Amino acid sequence: MTSQQPRATSGVPPQRALTRYADGEWHRLHPATPLLKGGIALIAVLGVIIANLRERLIDFFFHTPNYGGDPIDAIYDRGLAGWALLAVAVAILLAIGGFYLSWRMHSFRIGDEAVEVRSGILSRSHRKARLDRIQGINVQRPLFARLFGAAKLEIVVAGNDANVHLSYLGSSLAEDLRRDILRLASGARATESVATTDAAQPAELAAGRRLTVSGVVGNRVDEFLKPADLDHDAAPPASVVNMHVGRLAGSLVLSGFTVFLLIVAAAVVAGVLSGRYWILFVIVPGMLGALGFYTRRFGKSLRYSISGTADGVRIGFGLLATSSETIPPGRIHAVEVLQPLLWRPFGWWQIRINTAGHSRQKGAAGESNTTTLPVGSVDDVQKVLPLLLPAIDDEQRGRIAMAGMTRTADQSVFADAPKRARWLRPFSWRRTGYTIVDGVVVVRHGVVWRRIIFVPLARMQSVEVEQGPVRRMLRLAEAKLHTVDGPVHPRLSVIDTDAALELFDTVATGAIRWAAIDTSHRWNAAAEGGAAGETSGGEAL
Amino acid sequence: MTQRLDITADFKRVSPKYVLVVIVSSLLGGAIFSAAALFLWLVANAWWGWIALIIILVVTLVQLIIAPRRARAIGYQLRQDDLLMRRGIMFQRFVAVPYGRMQLVDVTRGPVSRVLGLAELRFVTAAASTNVTIPGLPESDAAELRDRLVELAESRRAGL
Repeated sequence: MTSQQPRATSGVPPQRALTRYADGEWHRLHPATPLLKGGIALIAVLGVIIANLRERLIDFFFHTPNYGGDPIDAIYDRGLAGWALLAVAVAILLAIGGFYLSWRMHSFRIGDEAVEVRSGILSRSHRKARLDRIQGINVQRPLFARLFGAAKLEIVVAGNDANVHLSYLGSSLAEDLRRDILRLASGARATESVATTDAAQPAELAAGRRLTVSGVVGNRVDEFLKPADLDHDAAPPASVVNMHVGRLAGSLVLSGFTVFLLIVAAAVVAGVLSGRYWILFVIVPGMLGALGFYTRRFGKSLRYSISGTADGVRIGFGLLATSSETIPPGRIHAVEVLQPLLWRPFGWWQIRINTAGHSRQKGAAGESNTTTLPVGSVDDVQKVLPLLLPAIDDEQRGRIAMAGMTRTADQSVFADAPKRARWLRPFSWRRTGYTIVDGVVVVRHGVVWRRIIFVPLARMQSVEVEQGPVRRMLRLAEAKLHTVDGPVHPRLSVIDTDAALELFDTVATGAIRWAAIDTSHRWNAAAEGGAAGETSGGEAL
Repeated sequence: MTQRLDITADFKRVSPKYVLVVIVSSLLGGAIFSAAALFLWLVANAWWGWIALIIILVVTLVQLIIAPRRARAIGYQLRQDDLLMRRGIMFQRFVAVPYGRMQLVDVTRGPVSRVLGLAELRFVTAAASTNVTIPGLPESDAAELRDRLVELAESRRAGL
């Protein structure tokens, strides 16, 4: 796709920093993969069989009288026991053979340029993701896999269902592989010293074959108790935000969903009072669903953590099934700091982002994983923003965010809409404005939902100004910044016509200039600079 | 203190034949909606059918009158590093897309356009809302512009 292949001439094999898997050779996944993938289904099948044979088992152990009439009796009576056993044996053998084959045929390769996965027995598939196109890496541990110390590694790339899944791997191996892949993607080449590799990870892949039983159990317990982000760094990055249980519960109670529930409840009460008792039967399953929704959101956000690493922002969450996603630098297309009306008395804010790729793992609210901070105070927001927007000067960012979040702070940073805009936006015209700093456009708008939106020009897709007849009469216009799709929509619904033209011009030229000098998507390549000679910087993608 | 949103640039106009495409599609739309209104009025006995019919006819007439201006209002310019595009008279819209953000270029031809030898070019970025389409290009121009845009995007590649 690109004319430049920044590493094409490299004859140096990649450094094996943490694992022996990032060496450009084909490797297999965790041997227990079929079992883990089919985990729940397997248990369900066993459950059904046992439930069906319950009578027979009881009979076998307690010699209760047998009334006959089940399929096993029928088989036995007709002298087909031998055939039946044979059929069962063949089925089991086929299943084991199939599982074994699918495991044999499922392999992955991590090279200098790309991550590849081959799978399938009859219909083979081969998926290849370029390292410099990686939008994020997500290590997930579903509950069942967690019990066995396994994890899924999901490599997020842009596009619908284009992600590369490595499931399953040993838990710590997945963690190390993530760092190896990120290191390769960062453009750093063969500079890291060889890490001590004789830790547990080679044995980890063998899933306890070489470990003693007590050791295995101990490992599992350790892993289970660790937070979502188990990191093997000497100094694991500490989360910059601590999620308070009370605040989390409060934010859920004061969400739009609760308002909806209250309306439904009022309707139900009205219905019951007027004698329509059948409404209760309709509404009970819905209420149970609502309860599930709250517990799921609560449980997911409970062990939330966010921290900055050298290879990007790391966001972890989840109580039973955990997930920890790393978003490398230069992958965040827009950041929104949002406050619904109900949260205002408490000073709570939420942060959401737009990214090009989305993990298949659903986020805390069941939507795509775009909520970076489910709920936090102004201080928390000020701690998280530097991780998401490293390009802006700290002091400036702090000032802008403060001006956007609190009314008492200095408001002069934002160029707000003129007073005549009150005809169209009677409440929010005073808060509809923008500012540009260090290649990032900051837009704020909204009164019921207060929003401050940051859009790095280096990743903005296009800019638009619009004017209809009403706005023309008021000498106003509307401006929109287009970014990749996501929950964040940066737009200024009212802006002075001249200011709009100025914004259009500044943003259009800025987008080109900042994209040309942006090297954050090869974040380590810049540090090595000239040694490679042909690191093509901003044009690498 | 301009009231009207205006970006002075050397915009290229689309082919004058594009007016025909607009006229045909307005007529078709008008005919379909009129038929529906007539059905409601005469067959389904909806008394307000004739009001709907009059509104539809007026809207179609207005569309036909402004069709030449609408076609003339569409313009594009290949600037140094980005594509600038404008359209609309009542509802004006200006979009600037850096070439480097291009994901693909689409050239499509509708049935009416094909008869007139016209094509529509669509510039697709990673943002669905960009929505930059240049209708009414002569087919050879569209192909040329497509190749030019691909070439420009190649030399100004930016990451996604």
